[in-house]
Amino acid sequence: MEIEKVRQLNSTKRRTMQNEMQLIFNAVSENEAFARIAVSAFVMPLNPTLEELADIKTAVSEAVTNAIIHGYDGEEKKELDASEDKVFLKCTILGDVLHVEVTDEGKGIENIKRAMEPLFTTKPEMDRSGMGFAFMEAFMDDLEVISEPGMGTSVFMKKKLGTSSWILDED
Amino acid sequence: METEFKVIDNYLMIKMPEEIDHHNSVYISKTADAFILKEGVGNVVFDFEDTTFMDSSGIGIIIGRYKKIAYFGGKVFAVNADSRIKKTLMLCGLHKVIEIME
Repeated sequence: MEIEKVRQLNSTKRRTMQNEMQLIFNAVSENEAFARIAVSAFVMPLNPTLEELADIKTAVSEAVTNAIIHGYDGEEKKELDASEDKVFLKCTILGDVLHVEVTDEGKGIENIKRAMEPLFTTKPEMDRSGMGFAFMEAFMDDLEVISEPGMGTSVFMKKKLGTSSWILDED
Repeated sequence: METEFKVIDNYLMIKMPEEIDHHNSVYISKTADAFILKEGVGNVVFDFEDTTFMDSSGIGIIIGRYKKIAYFGGKVFAVNADSRIKKTLMLCGLHKVIEIME
C-alpha cells in the first residue's frame, strides 16, 4: 500500500512539473562531458531509470559533439579562437517530458536529410561514424533539426520519461 | 581511468576508459594506430570492462581500426561490454563485422 501511495504521489508530481535551464559554453571537446552530466543532473527530479538516463546522455553527447566538430569545425581550428564559438543548451521539463535544445552559430547544414542518414559523414578522415543523428533518433522520442548554411544549427529533442513505470502500473 | 595499451602475441589489447566520447576518441585512435604500425599486430581487442558511457565516437574508433586491420585479414573483438554498450554496437550492425564476447 505504501509503495502504491508513493508511486501515485510521484506520478502527480511528475505531471505538473515545470522547470527550465540554459547553459552557454565554449565549443571545446572538454565540454561534451560537462553538457551530458549537467542534463542528467537536471532530469533527476523526474526519477529517470538508468536506461533513460543513458539514452539522454548519449543523445546530448551526440548533439553537442556535432555542434563542436561540424558546426564550428572544432578539430581544425583547435584552441586558436574557440572562445568565440559558443554552444547553447536549453533544457525544459514540461510534465514528464524533457525537451533538449542544442544550438550553435556555426556553418550550418546544407542538406539536412542527407546529414541525418545513418553512416553518412562529412568527416570520415576523423573517424566519425556518421551515426550521430541516428543515435539521437534512436534514443530520444522526437528529433527535429533546423539549419541553414552559414546560419548555424538547432537540434530539438524530446523524451517522455517514466514510460517504463506504466508497464509496472498495469501489473 | 586511463586507456591502457598492451600487445600480447598478435593481439593489441585496448583497455577503454570509463567514458568514450569525441574528446578522448582522437587520442585512442591515434595511439592504437601507432601500436598497430609499430608492433605489426594483426588483431585488436577492445576491453570495455571499465566503460559506462559510449557514444558514436566509440563506434568511429572501432570502425576505423577494423578498416585498417581487416585489410590484412585481422579481426576485431569487443570484450566485457555491458548491455548498454552491446545495444550501441548492435544499433550500428557492428556485431556483424566484429566479435562481441563475454
